[in-house]
Amino acid sequence: MIEFLTQPLAYGFMQRGMIAAIMVGVLCSVIGCYVVLRGMAYLGDAIAHAILPGVAIAYILQGDILIGALVAALLVALGIGFLTRRGTIKQDTAIGILFAAALSLGVALISTIKTYALDLTHILFGNVLGVSNSDLILIAGLGLVVLLTILLLYKELLIVSFDPVLAATLRLPTELLKNTLLILIALSVVISLQTVGVGLVAAMLVTPAATAFLLTRRLPAMMVVSAALGAFASITGLYLSYYLNISSGAAVVLTATSLFFGAYLFAPHRGIVWHLGGRARRANGRTESTNAE
Amino acid sequence: MRTNAQGQRETIHKSQMSPSHLQIHDLSVAYHNGTRLALEGVSFDVPQGMRLAVVGPNGAGKSTLFKAIVGLLPPERGEILIHGTPYGAHKQCAAYVPQRKEVDWSFPVNVQDVVMMGRYGSLSWLKYPSKSDHAIVKRSLEQMNIGALAKRPIGDLSGGQQQRVFLARALAQEPHILLMDEPFTGVDAATQEGMLNLLDKLQTQGMTCIVSTHDMNLAATRFDRALLLNQRIIAYGAPAQVFTTENLLRAFGAHAMLVDGQTLVDECCPPDEHFQIGESPELERLEE
Repeated sequence: MIEFLTQPLAYGFMQRGMIAAIMVGVLCSVIGCYVVLRGMAYLGDAIAHAILPGVAIAYILQGDILIGALVAALLVALGIGFLTRRGTIKQDTAIGILFAAALSLGVALISTIKTYALDLTHILFGNVLGVSNSDLILIAGLGLVVLLTILLLYKELLIVSFDPVLAATLRLPTELLKNTLLILIALSVVISLQTVGVGLVAAMLVTPAATAFLLTRRLPAMMVVSAALGAFASITGLYLSYYLNISSGAAVVLTATSLFFGAYLFAPHRGIVWHLGGRARRANGRTESTNAE
Repeated sequence: MRTNAQGQRETIHKSQMSPSHLQIHDLSVAYHNGTRLALEGVSFDVPQGMRLAVVGPNGAGKSTLFKAIVGLLPPERGEILIHGTPYGAHKQCAAYVPQRKEVDWSFPVNVQDVVMMGRYGSLSWLKYPSKSDHAIVKRSLEQMNIGALAKRPIGDLSGGQQQRVFLARALAQEPHILLMDEPFTGVDAATQEGMLNLLDKLQTQGMTCIVSTHDMNLAATRFDRALLLNQRIIAYGAPAQVFTTENLLRAFGAHAMLVDGQTLVDECCPPDEHFQIGESPELERLEE
């Protein structure tokens, strides 16, 4: 059994992949709590796809692909914030427009690259086993920045997410906080690029946090549980990927999804089974009270 | 009783002596898209410690007025003075209790968390709540009689309890002006009475309370002044003077009708927020 777990880690690329996957799993799951609570799942997906033109431009200019991705993600995140600022356009409309535009631009740019040396599947679905030491440092650095910001701005982000009206009444800079959150999401998405890829990062932002939402009743607990679920899904997913020889990103996301459905069925208070049980208890209580009369 | 104009002259005069009240002068606020005015040329004064009911049909701009007073919606024109200075000079001056339907009740916070949010305005960035903040939260919870619910998730509460939580939060803000949007909608009679008693107490402490309501009986009997609003001010003053047949016809138009010498206001559509306990949903009866 121990060997079953340690054997894959004999390889350096598996060790690096494991560390990267855990860091990304934790990071996405924590910021994902805000994504879930504010109903921004679609936004996470849009930012992820918006990375494509950035990657393409960086490749054409022979620059760092991660930096290209970061710039593109930030531009789209702030672009969405700008379009919805005055409430003239609804957020999902703004996202729909920019999402499709960025994706098209990315495809157009990539189709101009004659050689196609750029491996699109790595961007779309991740290549966690190709993580280098410098990638690890970048993931750790940016991840730390995001987590620290979440910790330091806890009360501001909580209030602006739960009650924007109160936030405005208290004179908090709501636009700035909203944009800070968008930037944090963009950073998380870029960091996740290598492990789960553009196509699946939205799942990492949403699934563990949604599972934690079903299991907890307070935001700090939700974040901790979400982080643990994200880490667990990443580790389990990588082992599955190793032994079953399937794509690592897909394995991680499928593990997280199984956890979600487990919680959806069995979570106390919010799970389906609990509700059925509650109905049965209420029915029992009613017959008892009628008997008492 | 004095007329509106006389009232204004008097309060302006008063403000020169003690500028501790709310003055709204020629306020116009547009809807989000800026094409239509939600409020137009609204002017009135509320002396400190006054209890004011804001009454008007749906879409009359009651919520808009409140949101403008707390600085949430920027005015197109006009000004709002609190203690004689523009809003923003003192940021924790006014507290706003939102309508219950505006709150996400599935959000993972408990009662204490929500009330603590009222303290965030006086906490600087990166600071966590201090002992005194916790004490104020505890006191606010006890004042609203929900100390025992402190650790309960807000989604588990009844309508009346939910209303009390948000009132407790407003108290924790330690405001001079308390604004409550439809606080009596969908709460039980005990909670309503409890809230009115609290308003009595707050009034003796000099807090100005402005409450929007559909219940004109309540507005007429339990408030010092009434403001009848329909985009513009229809009438402002003592409730008995405000709720005249003529004014109600002007405010509610076709929804107001005369039956046997009494004015009835038909507000059956749009329905959902009018179905409330202890009150006939279709017709609100008015004493003249």
